[in-house]
Amino acid sequence: MSDKSGDRGMSRRNLLRAGAVGAAGVAVGGAARALQQGASPEQLQGAAQLVSSHGHVASNDAVGDIQPGGFDPTAFLTDFDYGRVSTLADGRTLREYDMVAIDEDIEVAPGVWFPAWTYNGQVPGPTIRCTEGDRLRVNFRNAGSHPHTIHFHGTHPAEADGVFEIVEPGGSYTYEFDAEPFGLHLYHCHAIPLKRHIHKGLYGTFIVDPPGGREPARELVMVMNGFDTNFDGSNEIYAVNTVGFHYQRHPIKLALNELVRVYLVNLTEFDLINSLHMHGNMFRLYRTGTDLERSELTDTVTLCQGERAVLEFSYRFPGRFMFHAHQSEFAELGWMAMFDVSGEEAPVV
Amino acid sequence: MSDGAAGTDTAVAADDAGAGDGGAARPGPPAWLLGVGPLVLLAGLLFALFRFGPLGLFDEAFPPVEELTIERIWFPGPGVMKVAVVNGGPEAVTIAQLAVDDAVWSHELDGERTIGRLERRVITVPYPWVEGEPHQVVLITNTGVTFDAGVDVATTAPPVGGRYLGAFALLGMYVGVLPVLLGLLWLPFLRRIERRWVDFFMALTVGLLVFLGVDALLEAFEVAGEVPGAFQGTGLLLMGALGTPLAVNALGRARRNPDGTAAPFQLALLVALAIGLHNLGEGLAIGGAYASGAIALGAFLVVGFLVHNTTEGLAIVAPLARESISIAPLVALGLLAGVPTILGAWIGGFSSSPIAVTLFLAIGAGAVAQVVIELARFFGRRAESGLTAPLNAAGLLLGLAVMYLTGLLVTG
Repeated sequence: MSDKSGDRGMSRRNLLRAGAVGAAGVAVGGAARALQQGASPEQLQGAAQLVSSHGHVASNDAVGDIQPGGFDPTAFLTDFDYGRVSTLADGRTLREYDMVAIDEDIEVAPGVWFPAWTYNGQVPGPTIRCTEGDRLRVNFRNAGSHPHTIHFHGTHPAEADGVFEIVEPGGSYTYEFDAEPFGLHLYHCHAIPLKRHIHKGLYGTFIVDPPGGREPARELVMVMNGFDTNFDGSNEIYAVNTVGFHYQRHPIKLALNELVRVYLVNLTEFDLINSLHMHGNMFRLYRTGTDLERSELTDTVTLCQGERAVLEFSYRFPGRFMFHAHQSEFAELGWMAMFDVSGEEAPVV
Repeated sequence: MSDGAAGTDTAVAADDAGAGDGGAARPGPPAWLLGVGPLVLLAGLLFALFRFGPLGLFDEAFPPVEELTIERIWFPGPGVMKVAVVNGGPEAVTIAQLAVDDAVWSHELDGERTIGRLERRVITVPYPWVEGEPHQVVLITNTGVTFDAGVDVATTAPPVGGRYLGAFALLGMYVGVLPVLLGLLWLPFLRRIERRWVDFFMALTVGLLVFLGVDALLEAFEVAGEVPGAFQGTGLLLMGALGTPLAVNALGRARRNPDGTAAPFQLALLVALAIGLHNLGEGLAIGGAYASGAIALGAFLVVGFLVHNTTEGLAIVAPLARESISIAPLVALGLLAGVPTILGAWIGGFSSSPIAVTLFLAIGAGAVAQVVIELARFFGRRAESGLTAPLNAAGLLLGLAVMYLTGLLVTG
């Protein structure tokens, strides 16, 4: 759109264009009745902001807030679906899950709606959680308008792979397999065109706990995703858990010295990699979560599409700490968040 | 439609009445009712279309067509940018978020977030923009559709005030008024030379004007492409380009020579008017470019316009070579041609839209076309030295060449 005439000099035509379009004039009295109020203090409580010489509060943030009653990213952080539990004849645990593909408009930033394809009406889909060795039975029904599947990462037989058994609209399929190995996995639709089926929202987190579990901690699920709202092949909005800037506007509350474990999954489409950078702290990194030995101690992790990692940390200082994509562009387009560490110690679990 | 036959009768009767000028005496409904009748039926048709027609089917089948045009982006001061938006599409559009340079940014609208058809909003964005650098704005609607626009060179917009009004007036004086007045000084020279050389310079004038007209028309077409859809850039262009010669011609019919050509002074007046309208468009461009920082990049643009416009003075005095004219009306002609540059610079510098620029450029092109027609008529009546006579043809070509060459100064 913009006419990059640069140092090529300016033709008369470009000059006219500049006069007409790129132009600057002045709003009558505009400078005088400059916006005084800016955004409300609540809106700005977490935002990176600065005050211009005109007294305007500038912030890299969305305006307004998402509709109440819909998908709540804060609730999603700790919402684990353990399924319907029963015991098999051989004494093993059976977990059954019902998954439905539904076309649903979702809010990806305040006031910005995206025509998504979802599992169970939400993006990301429910976080499926089990323990290594459990038998899983996933009853999938396609109530959407396109053929879909569920492809789980992990080890399983071919017929549970969710690639060749395409489920047509109105159809259903049951995936049955044993949960292995332990670690942090994901699931997503594998119907073609693959890029579109993933980008439209058919994905979720699949956690297989090690037998005996991990150290008790405050556990959070974070799916790094993005939305190409105008379908031009690049994302307009980036986020963790779908809603741009949500945890900047509603910081995640942590207690001092509390052990925090983040299950971080990258499901960003169109961009090769995404990353998480945490302020004021370092985290123990467990790549893919399939090992109980930490891989490294760092404050930044970079993941390719479909990669995931478990992060463990605790904050030694109270206050507000940002965490965000270290790709500045992603951060400024929504993947920007906050921890709010209270001065109170966490109660002993 | 049982009274269809009666209607036909009435129509025939009205024709008769027209010839005899006695229509009022005819029986049947009064004429105004016959005029309004179809309008009433049209209203009924529209009602039926919206009430019973198949439009609803299409409404359900297709998402709304959203069309927003970012008309202007400007910077009233440090840390603040303003974005003027017009909805030129068929449907209301809701702006949900705004991003500057790939960063979602806080902002405020001077009204509802939902912008109705043909409505306009100004968005205030507290953004730490950088002097001299490009900036890009993207509007994201509630359906996720985006509209973007940018500025190549950000600079503080001049506030409306004596200082900037004066500065733009001075700029207009330098590039518009003074060069034209300077060009008028060729009159004594034209008076000394032979008739055929006067014709030569008249033909040269035609060349100058044809160049100006085509130039203005092309520029109008280009800017028309940026006019929001509903405001029909091409329509504005047609109204300006065709309406202006019609209006000027109609006004000019009063004073003509017995042979149907315009009197020399009238011709000079037309030339001055046409050039004035053209210079208004030029002023718009200069003011807008200055305010957006573009012209500040090179003083050579001002120099280019200055040299370029000196030839316009010659065009005005060419028809007056054999006329006796005192200084005052001559200066008045010069001012008529030059002063619009100042007006244009003011409008362009403090507020301009593609709509205004398209219309003014089209008016300028139309006015130039009218003058070219008048001058062609003038030559046509003089069989011995028409426009195609060798010397005159050379003049015309030279006129085009002069414009082309001085134009090089402007295009850099």
